Amino acid sequence: MTRVEVMVDGVRYADDVEPRLLLVHYLRDTLGLVGTPIGCDTSNCGSCTVHVNGVSVKSCTMLAVQAEGAEITTIQGLGGTGDGSLHPMQRAFHGEHALQCGYCTPGMIMAAIDLLGENPSPTDDEVRQGLEGNLCRCTGYQNIVRAVQAAAAEARGDRTIDLTTAEANR
Amino acid sequence: MTEQIDAGLVAEQIAESGEQSGPDGTRQIGQARRRKEDARLITGQTRWTDNITLPGLLHMAVLRSPMAHARITRVDASPAMQRPGVMAAFSGADLAGELGSLPCAWPVTADMVHPDHPPLATDEVRHVGDAVAVVVARDRYQAADALEAIEVDYEPLPPVLDMEEALKDEVLVHSDKGTNKSFLWPFDGGDYDAAKAKADVVIKRRFIQQRLIPNAIEPRCVVVEPIAAANEFTVYSATQIPHILRVMLALVTGVPEQKIRVIAPDVGGGFGSKLNVYAEEVITLIVAKHLGRPVKWTESRSEGYQATIHGRDQIQDIEIAATREGTILGLSVDLKADMGAYLQLVTPGIPILGAFMFNSIYKMEGYRFRCTGVFTTKTPTDAYRGAGRPEATYAIERIVTELAAELGMDPMELRRKNWIKHEEFPYETIAGMTYDSGNYEAATDKAMQIFGYDDLRREQRERRDRQDPVQLGIGISTFTEMCGLAPSRVLGSLSYGAGGWEMASIRMLPTGKVEVVTGTSPHGQGHATSWSQIAADALGVPFEDIEVIHGDTASAPMGMDTYGSRSLVVGGVAVHLAAQKVIEKARRVAAHMLEADEGDLDFADGVFSVKGSPEAKKTIQDVALATFAAHALPEGMEPSINAEAVLDPENFSFPHGTHLCAVEVDTETGFTKIRSYVAVDDVGNVINPMIVEGQVHGGIAQGIAQALYEEAVYDAEGNLVTGSLVDYLVPAAPDLPEFTTDRTETPATSNPLGVKGVGEAGTIASTPAVINAIVDALRPYGINDIRMPATPERVWRAIKDGSSGGDRAAAGTVAYGGAQTAVTSGDTAGGAE
Repeated sequence: MTRVEVMVDGVRYADDVEPRLLLVHYLRDTLGLVGTPIGCDTSNCGSCTVHVNGVSVKSCTMLAVQAEGAEITTIQGLGGTGDGSLHPMQRAFHGEHALQCGYCTPGMIMAAIDLLGENPSPTDDEVRQGLEGNLCRCTGYQNIVRAVQAAAAEARGDRTIDLTTAEANR
Repeated sequence: MTEQIDAGLVAEQIAESGEQSGPDGTRQIGQARRRKEDARLITGQTRWTDNITLPGLLHMAVLRSPMAHARITRVDASPAMQRPGVMAAFSGADLAGELGSLPCAWPVTADMVHPDHPPLATDEVRHVGDAVAVVVARDRYQAADALEAIEVDYEPLPPVLDMEEALKDEVLVHSDKGTNKSFLWPFDGGDYDAAKAKADVVIKRRFIQQRLIPNAIEPRCVVVEPIAAANEFTVYSATQIPHILRVMLALVTGVPEQKIRVIAPDVGGGFGSKLNVYAEEVITLIVAKHLGRPVKWTESRSEGYQATIHGRDQIQDIEIAATREGTILGLSVDLKADMGAYLQLVTPGIPILGAFMFNSIYKMEGYRFRCTGVFTTKTPTDAYRGAGRPEATYAIERIVTELAAELGMDPMELRRKNWIKHEEFPYETIAGMTYDSGNYEAATDKAMQIFGYDDLRREQRERRDRQDPVQLGIGISTFTEMCGLAPSRVLGSLSYGAGGWEMASIRMLPTGKVEVVTGTSPHGQGHATSWSQIAADALGVPFEDIEVIHGDTASAPMGMDTYGSRSLVVGGVAVHLAAQKVIEKARRVAAHMLEADEGDLDFADGVFSVKGSPEAKKTIQDVALATFAAHALPEGMEPSINAEAVLDPENFSFPHGTHLCAVEVDTETGFTKIRSYVAVDDVGNVINPMIVEGQVHGGIAQGIAQALYEEAVYDAEGNLVTGSLVDYLVPAAPDLPEFTTDRTETPATSNPLGVKGVGEAGTIASTPAVINAIVDALRPYGINDIRMPATPERVWRAIKDGSSGGDRAAAGTVAYGGAQTAVTSGDTAGGAE
């Protein structure tokens, strides 16, 4: 067992873990933070994406012990829990119908936030390339691209995220 | 499960940002209401099955066959017991008396060969991934570790991989059955031979529907919580079919049905792959019963590739007969459908669903259909988005396109000449279906205009003339499909084991809020939102006041679940019908409260008012409270205005549409780029256009994935070469284009909401649109077919050889024997043939 101390969603944890324990299993099974799901065993799907020290990481590609001293944010620390308001990316996914079953959504949102952190005004192609490591089987990605662009536009002050019931067909 | 919209901030933010509805006449149907489901999904407050932990929960891991076909000569699971944390280990023999045989609910013929399907193999393994033994341990790592201690001796048998080879019966998948043929299912409409005799042109083609892996992003998972002493079980499963699963678990395990409660919590996609009763669901229940503790099994993605059903996998020999002027006279379809090693829940029925769809939107005099179900040593096939209809639509849309090329006609002109005209509905097809409504002209005209068909044809000519290395191709798919499964009498006539009805009930709560209980079981489709819109309009209550309850056999005790684009047209319509019953009961109470005759009451926007004196009124919420108090109800009336409706649909649903695809094919690299994709779908009246558009997007993506990217490949030993997400190409965002979607609305006449199904339409339509486009681009190169997926390598080889591109060039890969050679140009026959 190895000691690991991390800050996850603003809470400090210290646990003795097996050195082989994946970060995603530490989050889910040890800490009970099951908002971050697992979609594959080859690090292809990106469902388990979290932020480690502000950068998006597939939490199945990292051992818990490698996160020693790190600050981790999961979808559950992003917004919409407790007193926190929704993150604009969460509102954008809701507003643009960028999710159906929602299983890929936590990872997709975390990856999308990191994407805009690096490139606040991406083209649609840049959004698609930037989210290449996150698979969605439901949406065909079109509304995910719209959501990322809506969040980007709101961050730039161009327009607010649309949550009205106007016709979705555009 | 109750839709767990979090009270408080998330729901408030969402509600405040959206437009409020109220009993003010605002119609909810037709509005792009943002989804109620999203609150928990965008915040990670989800309840996927794998999230469930229970006191004392144990974890199960499954040892699977590494061989495609072998005799098991010895299994010893006991060494696993020496590993840390292991509670139990079982071989197939250990549990043989309790596990039973997995069910197949669709014996398509009376003489169908239906082999036993033990959840844990005992004597023989028949595909890579066949389950052999299980270990139960304190955590998932310990369970996985202990698998390697189990000792199994296999005596290899030859694999059976090619359907045409399999039908020679030289090696048997099930030696006790004496044949690899499961069934031959014939259907005749009109007289195909007579139609063919009149034909000027007959074209034969062989199309291959490659094997696909569904890839719902949530892997399967099951948790069983037993009360062993009472023989009671709560089963949480990532399933599309909690109700059917309950019945089947009772039948397979012998546990009385009333002692089993099945819950489908949040379910992360299905696409047909969770429309099944799986070995692990049965094994987990029996193991939990043995141990008296809750047990969880979660598949890994790669494990699922072997243990969760695959889709498609057909050889299609198609023949079309027509006049020189382009009038289609007849169609002959000879299918070989790969069942895989066993018959899963509806495996044999999948290709049969296609039998009624090969004729599609076209009129003809004669239709012949034959389908042979074949066993191979591969993972079983079953329903995958579209389930039989994408295969049929692909074949007809491909061969109609080839017929147009043969006749030198524009492929759209040929379609127009042969499709059912708007004024001819309702129309009984050559396959015996009655299409209630449709307007192929309107959808096509709209699509052609958005697409810029004529301009693209001009550009295509220019590129051909200047021998541009990048060629332009235009693909057409004017599809229809049959969904909304289904009238029970029809399912009965097709030997399916259950009905096709759906249940909805509405509970009026004392505070005037509403619970809608549905027998459908959504896993991404947004039923909580759409059903709320339907109930809000019918009852005249606010959208926000409605809660939709589903997916738990205790709280939603009746249901036929979600598949076959049935939920809205059966389950959603049932919500509407239940609301009408609530209103009729409430009318009686309101009349009593207002001291008026029931016949003198109007009901609109949630308010009962007396004709002629509109100030005398009671809201439906007033009535709900008065009914709850029950102080002054009409004589003899029970104190409830709740109601239930069970709808058995009178017909299937026949959505249709026109999809147009333009591709640029780089003839030097074989790379295909989708330049534009226009889809005009007609799904009748639309409840929520945002959700409909989302379904169409996702459907098109999956159809494009079949056309361009995905294929489950087995090597000569029967190993699944595309054994993980590394090797099986599920498209990511850069792999797909932006779609242009629009719609026409031709209401269904078979239900009071005028709605049609939409879940599978995009997938059914898009595959032939893409392949027709690629073939169209390459026709000057002598190419008249391309094997799917049309990878750059295949396209490049096809251009070099003037062929269909053949099989994936993986060393040792064995594909369907004859399929590689038979796809040459059609023969033109004289009328006397």
